[in-house]
Amino acid sequence: MSATAAYAASGLVTAVPATATKGVNGVALTVLIVLFAIVTVMGFMATRFRRAESMESLDEWGLGGRSFGTWITWFLLGGDLYTAYTFVAVPAAMFASGAVAGFFAVPYTIIAYPIIFVFMSRLWSVSHRHGYVTTADFVQGRYSSKPLSLAIAVTGFLATMPYIALQLVGIQAVLEVAGVGGAGNWLAKDAPLFIAFALLAAYTYASGLRAPAVIAFVKDLLVYLVIIVAIIYLPHKFGGWSHIFDAAQTKMAATNAVTKKPNGVFIPGAKQYWAFATLGLGSAMALFMYPHSVTAVLSSKNRNTIRRNAAILPAYSFVLALLALLGWVAIAAGTKPIGLDGKPNAQLVIPQLFEDAFPSWFTGVAFAAVAIGALVPAAIMSIAAANTFTRNIYKEWIKPTASPAEEAKVSKLVSLLVKAVALVFVLTLDKQNAINFQLLGGIWILQTFPAVVFSLYTKWFHRWGLLVGWAVAMVYGTMKAYQVINPATGKHFGGSTSLIPVIGELGYIALTAFVINVLIAAVLTVVLRAAKVSNGVDATIKGDYFADAGDPRVQPANVGVHEVTGTP
Amino acid sequence: MSANNPAPAVDHDTVPPANTGMLVAAGILLAVPIIALMWVSSYAKKGPELAGFPFFYWYQFLWVLITPAFTWTAFVLVRKARPHRAMTGTTEATR
Repeated sequence: MSATAAYAASGLVTAVPATATKGVNGVALTVLIVLFAIVTVMGFMATRFRRAESMESLDEWGLGGRSFGTWITWFLLGGDLYTAYTFVAVPAAMFASGAVAGFFAVPYTIIAYPIIFVFMSRLWSVSHRHGYVTTADFVQGRYSSKPLSLAIAVTGFLATMPYIALQLVGIQAVLEVAGVGGAGNWLAKDAPLFIAFALLAAYTYASGLRAPAVIAFVKDLLVYLVIIVAIIYLPHKFGGWSHIFDAAQTKMAATNAVTKKPNGVFIPGAKQYWAFATLGLGSAMALFMYPHSVTAVLSSKNRNTIRRNAAILPAYSFVLALLALLGWVAIAAGTKPIGLDGKPNAQLVIPQLFEDAFPSWFTGVAFAAVAIGALVPAAIMSIAAANTFTRNIYKEWIKPTASPAEEAKVSKLVSLLVKAVALVFVLTLDKQNAINFQLLGGIWILQTFPAVVFSLYTKWFHRWGLLVGWAVAMVYGTMKAYQVINPATGKHFGGSTSLIPVIGELGYIALTAFVINVLIAAVLTVVLRAAKVSNGVDATIKGDYFADAGDPRVQPANVGVHEVTGTP
Repeated sequence: MSANNPAPAVDHDTVPPANTGMLVAAGILLAVPIIALMWVSSYAKKGPELAGFPFFYWYQFLWVLITPAFTWTAFVLVRKARPHRAMTGTTEATR
């Protein structure tokens, strides 16, 4: 597509005030399209990567044959956890409201790894001994409780959907600043996004988890390149770090015209300690409950891969911290993130900063980094959501006789469906809805932690106690999130913090709900155990939690799913 | 279990033996970064600055660097503390 054609098609000439944007950035757009095309070809060729006999089983298509070593897992997890949305939203939060809403992502992504170091190897071992693909599989094996397993599966599925939609919001932000996709008739507005997602869907369908594993290399390369250049060049260009921090402090301390309060937080004050800490801790605990994180971990080839990864993954946190500060570089640079509709939109601040400060061709590289950065997690997430649906909802409740080939087929179709729904979601609803649901998703997914992680260590908790704890926490978390009113717009779902009962400080709703969850589960467990209510049959033995590659039944499975599923 | 039995049957429904001291040490290494970063009041201040970065910010960068070293040490400890016990010697091993 030539730049002039896009320019004419998007109708930007008249639609946009001259001050808002320079229109289509032809060079940047061309670079973006070329890089995107390269990645697409790689995605289709990924089937050949560590080639399997056939992709006709869920293990092959959905877990890449469970054969990935430390470095591929590192790229896969990095591609998975540090999404385009992170790159767009974290600096945007820093730009708009400062340290609590934005910089908590740094402690969050540091402490996530010591936390997963502790329990993820156990999940790997028990999953490989019993052929589990999802956390709901494990819970089913541990408690033989279909309702609890369904609760875990549905939570994972629902929490992942808005996450996929947000990846689209990330791509849209880039396209909008590049000058396409924001205005004009609906076809010109949405076509680029539609094409990007159709390609993504096609190669995920064909190559499964191998596609994002291969593309993640390119994504990380581009992202690192862009961040390193940005972080060396931009602070220097805009007066150095001292000046940037001063500018940020001035903006954050200034009074907001609407709320009559300071714009944001430069360094958290005593009233924000709890919020900052609980946001970090709650998010860290929730991160590896998402189906896509579990997929990436289970696709590694032995139990220690994830522990080795826990030590090297913080390299991404370093990048994330620098990236977060770009939100403040934008303050010093006086970046004006204005959408193609002429309204200010903080989510556009990083793409806008890049466009203002970089030569066009490098802007294109940067935009490609964000766009490709959206595709990788979107692919992994949709595969993980599809695995969960197929294993724990379709096979468990709809068609128990499904063959491995049939499972893989359903999974592929669901991964298409999930992406289609995400696309419709973003194209038809207000973007804010995607962000609200994502916020809710984080609160929800943490409520699966007790049933999954505690059960890796003990069967003391009672299955019905865990289920009731989960249900109450889901309702509490949803209600509390709804009740948070955005002071500027007066709308619901205005944030993720509310008063913690008893303690009386602002804290992350997810963590408060989690504590309630655990308390209820514990109390009910005492009662149910006293009443001698059955806690279900346990398919696992203690040794299963320490099994490693080479042990009986533990193998990278390029056979059908059920041949590795041991007798219960 | 008699010592002269060449292949003693292992009960795999037990936790493989481990050096508790080393596991505790690994646990401490993993807990320290979490506690340090959750203790927000210890670092939520502007000075002393480093290369223009307020303390609050460079301190957290510091933990990005320290934590992997701790985690790696914990990894080495954990592997030493509980060597892998092969899951052979059970009836199911024969599949």
